[in-house]
Order: sequence, then C-alpha cells, then structure tokens
Amino acid sequence: MKQELKLTVNGQPYELYVNPKTLLVEVLRDELGLTGTKRGCESASCGACTVNLNGMAVKSCTILALQANGGEVLTIEGLAHGTELDAIQKAFLDYGAFQCGFCTSGMLMAAKGLLDENPTPTTEEIKEYIDGNVCRCTGYNSIIRALNAVAKGEYKEKR
Amino acid sequence: MIRDFEYLSPKTLEQALTLLDKYRDECKVIAGGQSLLVLMRHGLVAPQYLVDIKGLTELNYIKSDAKAGLRIGALTTHRAIELSPAMKNGFSILAEMEHRLASVQTRNWGTIGGNVCHAEPAGDPTPVLIALKATLTTAGLKGKRNMPVENFCVDFFETALQPGELLVEIQVPPAPPHTGTGYTKFNIIECDQATVGVAVSMTLDSGKETCKDCRIVLGACAPTPIRSKRAEEVLRGKKITSDLLKEAGQIASQEAEPISDISASEEYRRELVQVLVARVGSQALARAKQG
Repeated sequence: MKQELKLTVNGQPYELYVNPKTLLVEVLRDELGLTGTKRGCESASCGACTVNLNGMAVKSCTILALQANGGEVLTIEGLAHGTELDAIQKAFLDYGAFQCGFCTSGMLMAAKGLLDENPTPTTEEIKEYIDGNVCRCTGYNSIIRALNAVAKGEYKEKR
Repeated sequence: MIRDFEYLSPKTLEQALTLLDKYRDECKVIAGGQSLLVLMRHGLVAPQYLVDIKGLTELNYIKSDAKAGLRIGALTTHRAIELSPAMKNGFSILAEMEHRLASVQTRNWGTIGGNVCHAEPAGDPTPVLIALKATLTTAGLKGKRNMPVENFCVDFFETALQPGELLVEIQVPPAPPHTGTGYTKFNIIECDQATVGVAVSMTLDSGKETCKDCRIVLGACAPTPIRSKRAEEVLRGKKITSDLLKEAGQIASQEAEPISDISASEEYRRELVQVLVARVGSQALARAKQG
C-alpha cells in the first residue's frame, strides 16, 4: 500500500505516494527525475548516492524515502546558486577533480556536508570526511587539492 | 530486491512497544537502517511489518553525570556521540571508536542502538562498551530489563532481546581512577568494518604500577564479541611490561575462535589478535598512567 511522503527537495516542496520499500535515491531519480544522484554499490559503501538530508551528508541508497518524510533534501541539482556554480563545483573544475564523473555528485555533496560543518578543514580532515566516497579515476589527489583550495578561501566570493 | 512490507512509524515508545508486542516475529525494527536495509536488499531479512523508530526523539539523548556516568539513548547517532562534548576523560574512547566507524554519511544517520542490536560480530561499539563495563536497558510492555552489554550478544546477529522488546538505553559507568582504554581495528579500507577489533581497558593501583583490573575484548573473532578472560588473568595483579602484554596477546590469540572469510584467514586473524592486544594494551596502559 502506498503511503504519503512530503519532502522538500532543493527548496521545492513535493507531495507524493510511494511504496514503503522505496529508497530515498529511488524517489529522487525515478519519481522526481533528479538523476544527478547516482546509484552505485547500493550497500552504503561507495558514496555515489550521497545527498544532504536536513543539512547532513547521508547515503540515499540506504535510507527509506519514508524515513526522510518531512525533511529537506539537497541534491547536486540544487548545489549551484542559479547560474552561478557553488565554490566546490568551481574548484572541482579548476583542479580537474574528476574524470569519468560518476562519483562527482556524491563527492560534491559530501564536500558540501564537510564545509557546512567546518569551513576550514585541514587536509587530514578532508581525507577523513570523504573516505566514504570512492573514486576510481583521480586517485583523490585532485579532489583534495580542490577542497583545500576552497578551505583556504580561494573561492571566497563564490560561497 | 526489497520485499514488500507494511511500514509503521510509531510516535512514542509506548506505541512502538505496542506494535512490537502485536506483531512479534512478523515485524522488524528499523532505526537508521544502515545495516538492516543492506540485508533486506539481499532478501536475507523480509519482515511483513517494519516498525520505524528513528523518529522517537525520546530515545535520542546523551546525558552525562559525574557520579552515574553516561546514559546514551538507543537512537543517538554515531555522529552525535563522536562530536559530543560529554565524550571526555574516560569516555573519549567512545568518540575515538565512533570516528572510525564506517563513513561520515553512515554515522550521520546510523544509531548506536541499531548497531548494537544488529549484533554483527565485527561491529565497533560493542567491544568498546564491554571494555567500559557498560550496561543496557531493554523495554517491553511488561517492563524493563537491565543487563551488562557483555551478555547482550548471544550469537551471530542474535541478541538477548525477546520478541516485543526494544533496546532503549546504554549506560557507561565512570571509570575508576588510573583507568585507560584503547580500541583499534585492522581493516584494509579505512571506513570498512573490522577484520579484527580489539578493545582493552586497564585500571592501575594507586602507585600506577600494578594492574588492578583489566578487560580484553575481541571483535570479529567469534560469533559475538568476546572477552579473552585468560589473557586478562595474565595481566591482573601484575606490573605491566611489554613482555607481559605480548604474552597476553599470545593467549588471546589462542582463546579467539576466528573464522576464515573473504577479509582474512583464521590464521591471519589469530596473528592480528596477538599483535593488536599487545599494541592496544600498551596504549591503555599509557592512558591509565596519565589518568
């Protein structure tokens, strides 16, 4: 039996009816068409499905959509400020922090969680924070360089 | 593929217990679901009713008292414990352990009670709680029960919870003077679970030389986290030296009952126990001397 789900996604309120077994990532991708959030391992290991729920980075493949009922979700589609990219996105471009791009939306949303919590993380803190996000292309160094640049205020005007 | 179930979200503990009492074996409790949903996706758990307790704010708290110690509500997230200012002095090991538990995303949503009730033998919190002599409280419609965390895990993924019961609180007593606790796990990927986990607590006498009491707890070495009581005996009442810690490690390695699986062979796990007991033991000793 479908149940009512109220969710605010990227500032937009939604009211929909879902099967209780529907995962948050499935609602975002299949119901709302927000396919920027990726399904990767589907076992909370790879981080590709990372979104921010009520201000916290979480793995949307391992949360029932109904558990987010009444909550506020921010996905990669909502990260930019209108036509202006967020500082983290800008830094990823400038530092070449991706190749295939599959991990990127999850990586950016994890980074968003980190920088909201701690705007000036150390390299060590950056590494620890993104250790739940797997990237098989970059070897992480370019990602860490990008986040270090944001942390050091290189993109201050963009934040 | 997750099988269909009926989703129930009680608003109070009382409502939750009533539902658990009604549906018993037909229902499963979900808190953060960070372990359960993975099992459900593999079809290993397929409940008819899913009782979602994540929203029970009355079980989400950390209370700290100098005399009584810590009381942690079952629905407190790992991340809340990791960042709590109450995790100081003897309790800082809990924050340290949580910091290395899975990924930050999992810690943001997963709860300590859910982790303990999942009873995965490689879980991080239970060995540390046992080393800290923690107790817990379960609730059912018939009332509450208290027990040492040590007695809670009864088998692989199996706890002492009776049908209709819920874990509601974990209590961590204040550590006696000159007590130090350490925990570490060996894993190949940083945010993975333990291949072997070892927690050691050590209490020294007033001269800070002799071991008055200690606990050595092994994770991922048996169907449940286990205390290596023979290894503890080696240390108790003695002046702790690195040779003695090595001996305790050897004995713990014999006492462990690890299996071979994809992460490590039995032999490798025994080797890890030997090394980690000595290593964590010396960390606990150093901390006990400071305290």
